[in-house]
Amino acid sequence: MMDSFGWPGVEFLFRGFMWTIGLSVITFLAGAFFGLLFALGRALGPRWLRFAIGGYIQLVQATPLLIVVFLAFYGLSFVGLYFPPLAAAAISLTVYATAFLADIWRGCIEAVPRTQWEAADSLALSRMQRLRYVILPQAFRIALGPTVGFMVQIVKNTSVTALIGFVELTRAGQLLNNMTFQPFHVFLTVAVMYFAACYPLSLSSETLKERKSASSTH
Amino acid sequence: MPALRIEKLRKSYGALPVLKGIDLSVENGDVVAIIGRSGSGKSTMLRCINGLEPFQEGSIEVAGHRVEGSSSRLRELRKEVGMVFQGYNLFPHLNVADNITLAPRVVKGVPRAECDALVQQVLSRVGLEEKAGAYPDELSGGQQQRVAIARSLAMKPKVMLFDEVTSALDPELTGEVLKTIAELAEAGMTMVLVTHEMSFARRVATRTVFMHEGRVWEEGLSETFFSSPQTPELQSFIAPNLN
Repeated sequence: MMDSFGWPGVEFLFRGFMWTIGLSVITFLAGAFFGLLFALGRALGPRWLRFAIGGYIQLVQATPLLIVVFLAFYGLSFVGLYFPPLAAAAISLTVYATAFLADIWRGCIEAVPRTQWEAADSLALSRMQRLRYVILPQAFRIALGPTVGFMVQIVKNTSVTALIGFVELTRAGQLLNNMTFQPFHVFLTVAVMYFAACYPLSLSSETLKERKSASSTH
Repeated sequence: MPALRIEKLRKSYGALPVLKGIDLSVENGDVVAIIGRSGSGKSTMLRCINGLEPFQEGSIEVAGHRVEGSSSRLRELRKEVGMVFQGYNLFPHLNVADNITLAPRVVKGVPRAECDALVQQVLSRVGLEEKAGAYPDELSGGQQQRVAIARSLAMKPKVMLFDEVTSALDPELTGEVLKTIAELAEAGMTMVLVTHEMSFARRVATRTVFMHEGRVWEEGLSETFFSSPQTPELQSFIAPNLN
């Protein structure tokens, strides 16, 4: 169908690119949801919960993402839970993003000075009120830069799902290359698309970090 | 009934005792200054009064509440016992008005419509009416500390605790904060102040307490306390401060 790299090839890659973005968004939203719960549990929960979440974070961070993806796709199908590539990709990337976001955000919660917690306590705020009105708004500001920075990692790491046959940008590049045998054109285009998604994110991450360190942040 | 009664209070960090049996009583309208060397336990004792620090033995009763038990009972106590810290501890993400009204709104349910009046009322007591819209990092240390006092006043406390509130300030800024506290004293507020400002304690406090090695070493009416110290420890402590 396509024997040389041209506009149709770019369109094909762009469809893969949209899957990369879609998978990244799903991963970020799900990872943010669980990551926030885990961060709160790790920073404020009872001892056993902190221990359990800490173990989860250690385990996932010490495992290559590709192995997590293989486990979700091949491993779970072996025990009778078959997930199509998109679901397996979303699940494994969420597992990965949850661990990292939980760790980043726990650090941000704990970075709010102890004296702020005490001031909230002294004003008779309950634990939930203290969290909602005093701690989380400040932690959020600290977290903004590193969180946007981690989004870059998510976008790039969706590429490992190519290995379970999910046709996102990298897999689309492989397929197109098999048809056209023009790897340089194909993968350069792939790289440019990743760059177009990631560069604005890293740029804004840097700006957010700088704005954080320059005092006036309201 | 006294505003504050501490009986046989003992506290230790692990094996290290910091409070070794404190007895102290403060009447309504009293202004009590707590002085002593660092490490004498004075700040720790103050922080026990509103439950920021747990203690092992003894009892504390303040504004009609016993310091004990569940966090909800502790919150009832804290609604009526204000605390001002050495480092101001204003909420940096909120402006002055929101710093002041946060706790009244979410803890006591004061309606938003009444908040403006409340802000103006407490800011006028600390002389900062025009700063309601400012953020903490736009204010000097002395102004921040006065806002912290206003924030505490907005809860309409029966007792106020001051933990070395001028120690972090440049010398030229301590005066405005001390003046604010002196005005509260004149208005009849019951206060316990941990302080290094000897002349202020002598002038404003009705009573002064000298803590030494985790104990109330000596206490008395401020007017006689400084002029005729009884123990050698207090004599050597105040001697360099008074000339």
